[in-house]
Amino acid sequence: MSSTTACIDGNEAAAKVAYALSEVVAIYPITPASPMGELSDAWSAAGVANLWGSVPEVVELQSEAGAAGTLHGALQTGALATTFTASQGLLLMLPNMFKIAGELTPTVIHVAARALATHALSIFGDHSDVMAARTTGFSMLCASSVQEAHDFAAVSHAVSLRTRVPFLHFFDGFRTSHEINRIDLLGDDDLRRLVDEGDIEAHKARRLRPTAPVVRGTAQNPDVFFQAREAANPFHAAVPAAVEQVFAELAELTGRRYGLVDYEGAPDAERVIVMMGSGAGAVGETVAKLVADGEKVGLATIRLFRPFPTDALLAALPDTVRHIAVLDRTKEPGAAGEPLFQDVVTALAESDRPKVRVIGGRYGLGSKEFTPAMAKAVFDEAGRDDPKRRFTVGIVDDVGGLSLDVDDGFHVERSGRSAVFYALGSDGTVGANKASVKIIGDEPDLFAQGYFVYDSKKSGSMTVSHLRFGPEPIRSTYLVQEADLVACHQFGLLDRFDVLADIRHGGTFLLNAPYTADELWEHLPRKIQRRIVERELRVVTIDATRIARELKMPGRINTIMQPCFFALSEVMELDRAVGAIKESIEKAYGRRGRLVVERNEAAVDRALTELAEVTVPATVGDETPIDETLDVLDSVREAATDDFVEKVTMRMIAGEGDLLPVSAMPIDGSFPTGTTRFEKRKLALSIPVWEPDLCIDCGKCAVVCPHATIRMKAYEPAALDGAPDGFLTKNFRSRELDGHQLTIQVAPDDCTGCGICVDVCPAKDKTQVSRKAINMAPADEHREVERERWDFFTEIPEIDRASITHGSVKNSQLLQPLFEFSGACSGCGETPYLKLLTQLFGDRLVVANATGCSSIYGGNLPTTPWATDTNGLGPAWSNSLFEDNAEFGFGMRLGIEHHQREARRLLADLRDGVGAELTDALLADPAPTEAAVIEQRARVGVLRERLADLVEDADPVVAESARRLASIADELVRTSTWIVGGDGWAYDIGFGGVDHVLGSGRNVNLLVLDTEVYSNTGGQASKATPLGAVAKFAMAGKPTGKKDLGAIARRYGNVYVAQVAIGGSDIQTVKALAEADAWDGPSLVIAYSTCIAHGIDMETSMSHMKEAVKSGYWPLYRYQPTVEEHEQPFHLDSAAPSIPLREFALKEARYSMLARSDPERSAMLLDLAQEEIDERWRYYEQLAGVERTLREPHAVDLDMIDGEPESEDDDA
Amino acid sequence: MPDLHTTYLGLSLRSPIVASAGPFTGDLDRLTELDLAGVGAVVLPSIFEEQIEHETAEIDRLFTVHDDSFNEATSFFPEIDDYGSAIDSYLELIENAKVAIDVPVIASLNGANIGGWVKYARLLEGAGADALELNLYTVAADPAVDGASLEGEHLELVALVAEEVDVPVAVKISPYYSSLANFVVAVQRAGADGVVMFNRFYSPDLDLETLDVEPRIALSTPEEVRLPLRWIGILREHLSMSIAASSGVHSGFDAAKVILAGADVAMATSSLLREGASHVATIEAQLVDWMTEHEYDSVEQMRGAVSSRGAADPAAYERANYIGNIATYTSRVMRGTVPLSRTRTR
Repeated sequence: MSSTTACIDGNEAAAKVAYALSEVVAIYPITPASPMGELSDAWSAAGVANLWGSVPEVVELQSEAGAAGTLHGALQTGALATTFTASQGLLLMLPNMFKIAGELTPTVIHVAARALATHALSIFGDHSDVMAARTTGFSMLCASSVQEAHDFAAVSHAVSLRTRVPFLHFFDGFRTSHEINRIDLLGDDDLRRLVDEGDIEAHKARRLRPTAPVVRGTAQNPDVFFQAREAANPFHAAVPAAVEQVFAELAELTGRRYGLVDYEGAPDAERVIVMMGSGAGAVGETVAKLVADGEKVGLATIRLFRPFPTDALLAALPDTVRHIAVLDRTKEPGAAGEPLFQDVVTALAESDRPKVRVIGGRYGLGSKEFTPAMAKAVFDEAGRDDPKRRFTVGIVDDVGGLSLDVDDGFHVERSGRSAVFYALGSDGTVGANKASVKIIGDEPDLFAQGYFVYDSKKSGSMTVSHLRFGPEPIRSTYLVQEADLVACHQFGLLDRFDVLADIRHGGTFLLNAPYTADELWEHLPRKIQRRIVERELRVVTIDATRIARELKMPGRINTIMQPCFFALSEVMELDRAVGAIKESIEKAYGRRGRLVVERNEAAVDRALTELAEVTVPATVGDETPIDETLDVLDSVREAATDDFVEKVTMRMIAGEGDLLPVSAMPIDGSFPTGTTRFEKRKLALSIPVWEPDLCIDCGKCAVVCPHATIRMKAYEPAALDGAPDGFLTKNFRSRELDGHQLTIQVAPDDCTGCGICVDVCPAKDKTQVSRKAINMAPADEHREVERERWDFFTEIPEIDRASITHGSVKNSQLLQPLFEFSGACSGCGETPYLKLLTQLFGDRLVVANATGCSSIYGGNLPTTPWATDTNGLGPAWSNSLFEDNAEFGFGMRLGIEHHQREARRLLADLRDGVGAELTDALLADPAPTEAAVIEQRARVGVLRERLADLVEDADPVVAESARRLASIADELVRTSTWIVGGDGWAYDIGFGGVDHVLGSGRNVNLLVLDTEVYSNTGGQASKATPLGAVAKFAMAGKPTGKKDLGAIARRYGNVYVAQVAIGGSDIQTVKALAEADAWDGPSLVIAYSTCIAHGIDMETSMSHMKEAVKSGYWPLYRYQPTVEEHEQPFHLDSAAPSIPLREFALKEARYSMLARSDPERSAMLLDLAQEEIDERWRYYEQLAGVERTLREPHAVDLDMIDGEPESEDDDA
Repeated sequence: MPDLHTTYLGLSLRSPIVASAGPFTGDLDRLTELDLAGVGAVVLPSIFEEQIEHETAEIDRLFTVHDDSFNEATSFFPEIDDYGSAIDSYLELIENAKVAIDVPVIASLNGANIGGWVKYARLLEGAGADALELNLYTVAADPAVDGASLEGEHLELVALVAEEVDVPVAVKISPYYSSLANFVVAVQRAGADGVVMFNRFYSPDLDLETLDVEPRIALSTPEEVRLPLRWIGILREHLSMSIAASSGVHSGFDAAKVILAGADVAMATSSLLREGASHVATIEAQLVDWMTEHEYDSVEQMRGAVSSRGAADPAAYERANYIGNIATYTSRVMRGTVPLSRTRTR
């Protein structure tokens, strides 16, 4: 029996086995399966061998479709191959899965099951992805715990080899993939016993090879296809028995017994839940409690879902069963019932069982919590005389009435204990808690579980860690409900969240606070005081933030709070715990240097001496009623003018989204824009403060601000009436706006404190150059006054867009940004481009956004940053998928252009009624300028008034045309269509579409926010990753160069192409975006975007961009196709490289890491990269002199498409 | 052929020309070249405790700042096993140098606090360094710290390190102590086996475009040899420990001067950076030429011949000489050998 245990998460549990049993691993990052690929890549890079002593080849593809194709190919040549995926990734693998199964090829795809994007994207767990794969011919084995993810990975590989039927091994995304639990590991000997060498030899014997050639993948005709399809049946039929056989072998090796369907509960149960996945943990606990209470209930957990184990299910169900509730973690709209339900019904219908009533329900979609109380509600429903035959549980469905009522007071008792930790992402709490789980789980007689919840923002995010530990194995698959200990690692969270909501009576509250134990009580919010007194809590405090600062680890409080937890939880003897913590510190930080270990160890020692008990008064004393609303919502409540914001958004911000009923939700995924302004997150410790006397009005601070929290307004002096005392203003230096005043104002509660504005400010005090025209200052000292100023500032009217030209940085920043306060990382290098886009064209902008960072900070609820101007105009934004964004935006463009043509046709038809002058003006070719847009918009306003009369016209044809035109008249105004996404999309998964759309000749604009890695999933290499940079999947430094996307686009000749870097040249960026918008054809703007994955201090983002340009690493250019003769369309906008690549690159960890770990390879790669730069520059210099003339017409002529004769029709 | 052997820190060297701590000695290939060119010993670049700590903390920060804070990515970098920390690379350099070259390898250290000095000194010794050079590189910028306490701290750490390690210890000092002679003698008393005169501070510069203060490295000029020359001349008779001259040794003639003043070795950095490792051979050849011409048989014989004890006019070492210099200089201007514009102030 295996004796090795480990505390690992489900992803690692599965990946360990998959890696050991594979020779080729084809991967592509997708949440929540990415860690399986990353681990495999890391093991391969470290030379870890598989079961047979060879190191598996781990390769990253350009998409999951590519990974599946590679998997298929590797299998054809007899390799043992695997892959990992989830959600949309699995969908992209479907075509190959049918092929692989159809060819009876043994393999396993490990899936961290995740919701499919429907009305919205969800990165969280449910079974909608695997259910979409159930017709592929893959067998499907479902693990419901971390241990099972490990065991079933082995079983899947073994059975697949044995039966030749490929397996989809799945477990719940996040709940299992990211839960850390103590498991028993399978040893190499165990795996050798399970996986039959003969099966492997047989697989290899079937490989494609010239020495025994066959043809596979023929095209078959009606004569034989059907028969051939049926020929494989015996193989599929053999799977259940083979799984049972391997389960039995596993039991013999390990003592862990599994069946195709496992039953637990009363032997004479009358009510049984049938389900699969992690929810079985919650139901199992419920069953144990209910049975102990004398109830006749049970749980049948399905392990093998395909082929469906009908016999095993019938055998598992007690004869006494009368009521079955089948729980599906997926939704199949329009079906008679969800998939598992249908299978169970079919199995029973075909059996000779007496009548059993089966009801079916959905639970846990998108990682919705599923608790014992919900399981109890399902049992209750199943036993009712007249139950809901279809139901949901876990939500309140006040529209369809499908949901079950849940008694939230129902809990199951556990033998162990639990703790919940509230912290910030950057303070190391999650990492420390992961270590704590391992420390506890490594004790021979203790079990531990850790699960971690993050909020939806990338900057300043809150984390909540849920830990359970005790003498019994832990199968609770839901959040901690009655914590024995709650630790709040950030004092500031007390105002924002009800951290003591789930602490048990008499529990312990550990608080990191900037006060002594004696001072603490009076500084606690009243609500917290009351909870403490009412629940008779023990309160213990420590000033971990100060200790961390003193130990030169500012902000890193993890190793200070960790020993406090052990001291208070008494889970194990303290000395032993301290020893183990120090060991874990050595393990975690040892390779980063002795110093880090020493400081962390000192932190542990300091913690135990400074932990102090707080004396809790018997009563709160002050009995005045307490406002139960969280402070964080005050500003929302004040600002919320919108009913939806008040009823929905505000509750989501407060963490009460779970309580919102179905009726509160938009039915089609459409949400109001501009809601981030309601969420005042007050993240910044320091904020910029403006010095008008030094300011030179350049607008650089505003143009680079990633969160649009620095605003610039020029206004008539009269606008200052009623300004608060000390409101800052200065004369605006502008010929266009003579006599205007200027104010640069920070939004103090929205600023993240990144400091980029100060870094770029060029205006210095002549007598003290450290003082700039904008300077960071402590937020505590300035927030109040800046808040008052901001409130007044927002009342100052926005500039008349027609009153200024938009071609300068300065003027562009006078325009209102319609992308504000996003949840992007502090210092994000992408968002300034998006903000600028909205300043230039926001009121006529349609955005197709590829999945990735920009779709997350751009569209992740509760609040979204795309906003509207004072007229209610603003960007319309949508995200389809990762892989299809170019095509998605292209489709949008086709729709828009069709409406444009239709509107023009109808307008021409209605010429008499509308009036010749207005009609001609509306149909005239508008210049691609702001003024033309504004004039056209005014004309459309007049048109609408006239149409209002015409719809009443006596002539029904006129009336009908007027009605139709009225519905699309907006489209007569120029629309700017932008297709936005990251390099993962443009260079890799969506490249085919990008290429096709660029080749279409249509007027679409593509903006590639090029961070040179897959930023959103954690920095995996893409084809935009440059030579020599370290990234995940390129740990030894990328050995190949970055794809020159611009060059590919330029080849078309009629594509406007610009390469920009806002920190390298902000004016060139402004110019390029304007030119791209104006170009009547396809445009591609490739924007260098700094990212935390570059390993830089984000405050210096713009300096890095500047050096990227100076070194020639990122040359700035614009390729402007022209029909003029003797023109040179390629404009090289940056100067010849003036610093070596190394001077730029080695300031970034992505390069310097390799220079440290492997100096020789780093030097070799950097030399190659330098050569590449030199060569490219030489080429570009020549290119700048090349004359090229575009033949007319250069864009696709819309009239030619429609075959319409209207020659002047080239609007758009 | 005169005998170039000398003894430095108790180590017998084949030549008095030593490659001083600098970027040049941080590279194993250059060290081998120096060895081939006939160098007497090499001093590896100074390892700065502050730099080690800063780098370590920065690497840690790289991983910790963004880890575990977002659902889709719990990290942003692949964790690698070897970050080639400055201290590890340095220890590796010592080990490799010991294998690659035959001449003594002296490790150079700049600590940040007493504990750090001792800790790193032990590590350097453990890696096989033949001797340590304690680089007392510090800018006394704190107005609250007086000269005496600063000197006291320096002497304390010299004593601690000398006590802690078994290999000989040299102390590299700056010329900016208020009573230099007194301090150097105290260094010897504290247990040092040698003194290196002097450290050159890399003084910062101002960028007139950005108005930023920027560190800028300037190589020494041959004129700079006169500062160590004076102090070696003055101190030789007061010291039993070794003396190394550093700063401005560009030629064999400079080397001859400092040895005559009393140095056991002449250390070169800038000239090697400028001319390459083979310049050691040039210096030695020049030294040999001079010795031959002046009928010196050995370095031993030269050492201190023109120290304050041996010089014909020992007071010249201590004379401020202002009047003479200025008089000479102005007379050169008058003669037209120095252009007038250079004397003009703006």
